[in-house]
Amino acid sequence: MLKDILKILESDARATPSQIAAMTGMPQAEVTKLIKKAQRDRTILKYKAIINWDKTENEHVFAWIGVRLEPQKDVGFDSIAERIYRFPQARSVYLVSGTYDLLVLVTGKNNHEIANFVSQKLSHIEGVKETVTQFILKRYKEDGEVMEGTEEIKRQAVVL
Amino acid sequence: MSKQTGIQKHRKQHISQRANQLSPSGIRKFFDLLSSIGGIISLGVGEPDFTTPWHIREAAIESIEKGQTMYTSNSGMPELRKELARYLKNEYGIDYDPTSELLITVGVSEALDLAMRATLDHGDEVILPDPSFVAYKSCVILAEGKPMSIPTYEASNFEINAADIEAHITPKTRAILIGYPSNPTGAVMSREQLVKIAAVARKHNLTVLSDEIYCKLVYGVEHTCFASLPEMKEHTILLGGFSKAFAMTGWRVGYAAAPREVITAMTKIHQYTMMCVSTMGQVAALEALKGGQDSVIEMVEDYNRRRLVIVKGLREIGLSCFEPRGAFYAFPSIKCTGMTSEEFAENLLTEEKVAVVPGSAFGKCGEGYIRCCYATSLSEIEEALNRMRRFVNKYRKT
Repeated sequence: MLKDILKILESDARATPSQIAAMTGMPQAEVTKLIKKAQRDRTILKYKAIINWDKTENEHVFAWIGVRLEPQKDVGFDSIAERIYRFPQARSVYLVSGTYDLLVLVTGKNNHEIANFVSQKLSHIEGVKETVTQFILKRYKEDGEVMEGTEEIKRQAVVL
Repeated sequence: MSKQTGIQKHRKQHISQRANQLSPSGIRKFFDLLSSIGGIISLGVGEPDFTTPWHIREAAIESIEKGQTMYTSNSGMPELRKELARYLKNEYGIDYDPTSELLITVGVSEALDLAMRATLDHGDEVILPDPSFVAYKSCVILAEGKPMSIPTYEASNFEINAADIEAHITPKTRAILIGYPSNPTGAVMSREQLVKIAAVARKHNLTVLSDEIYCKLVYGVEHTCFASLPEMKEHTILLGGFSKAFAMTGWRVGYAAAPREVITAMTKIHQYTMMCVSTMGQVAALEALKGGQDSVIEMVEDYNRRRLVIVKGLREIGLSCFEPRGAFYAFPSIKCTGMTSEEFAENLLTEEKVAVVPGSAFGKCGEGYIRCCYATSLSEIEEALNRMRRFVNKYRKT
């Protein structure tokens, strides 16, 4: 089943069709076919690594920006969201319930870059009423992966 | 204090016949060897490689913070027994009265011991499958019973056969002890075969001790709880626990579900020998039952992937391996090498640094097989298979 394949790839994007075939009991050709189809119809968007940038020299700053929108005639939230997500600085964009309408994850080389994006670009978009920027100070867990101090499993080597 | 001379006379300790008659683990030497070698991939474990789901651990931590550190009722916390009764009803449709038909024990191990001691008299015979879990025979012997092993074979998927059971019944037979899904073989019992065993138990008025610790770990089949078969509740002592399904081996929490008289007798022994199960363990078990089974389902899916990989891999190496439908063990035959299971395990360990358990540790019929636990990471399984391929190719005779 495609779902089984997707679950395996979501936890390890490098799993090969032959490994997936062994894990699911499906023929390898079938696995390859289903993966290709999922890539074509964009069920699988991309394969990428989860990186702890804090361990590198590479500076990366992230911020969550809450955006309140002004409902406008003939312009839905979707089109405002689109104007925002077209910017490469916006890494993730969600429509949410609660105090804000959109949540935008923004990344930049430093605080200044993010501040510029918000004041020069985001806040000028028509329909954007208010923004609240929250800089990320420390990442504990990313996409299900704990950044540091994962548990070390200690088991007896042989148990009857 | 008087001055110590430094020379102490060695006192010869008296050891009871009871302890002496227990056969020492036949693979002691193997264990010693194991601890002296580094870089081992172990397929020799008998527990999940998942840690206990966080919501369960968190509940136990909170209980400690709140000072829940006292004894509980001997039979176990009433809320836990109530929740367990609900769970057994939901899972298998069996009604157990939480106040008189359930007992919370220190793992299934204690439940097994109590069940034996509560139901066996000197010389009573207990029929059990060979191969089976190492503690079964010893528990029977400690309760002064006599274990009667019934051979089971790869050709019949290591199922114990009702006709074989019936053929071994004597006037001294008191009980049948089964443990499916099975450690070490990974075998499950078909419902049809269990129904036949139920008929034998009814006909000869025998108690069936059913160790169902691996009940949640089945793949593509449905687990049949023995006590749920028609009229079997009053014949069955159901033994279960939290270790395998909820990845809670170290917490040591299990249970017994049985008719009132049996639970009363077991509780009597339990209260004098154990008092009660650790309170935090019980809190954790309660949370496990209440927290739903999402994490169980996820773990089972994960085990299933590794099961498929290891069985396929072992067969590709050329070892005959029947399809294990339960637990987390594969039980391939190593007869093509001409070695005994112990020789195979020992040589594999020293030459290729892969630890497996010789099948002979689980009974005569386990000779010629090895137990490979696949509750370890896929990359380790793949590497272990590579090493085993090299090893088997080197020694293959047939």
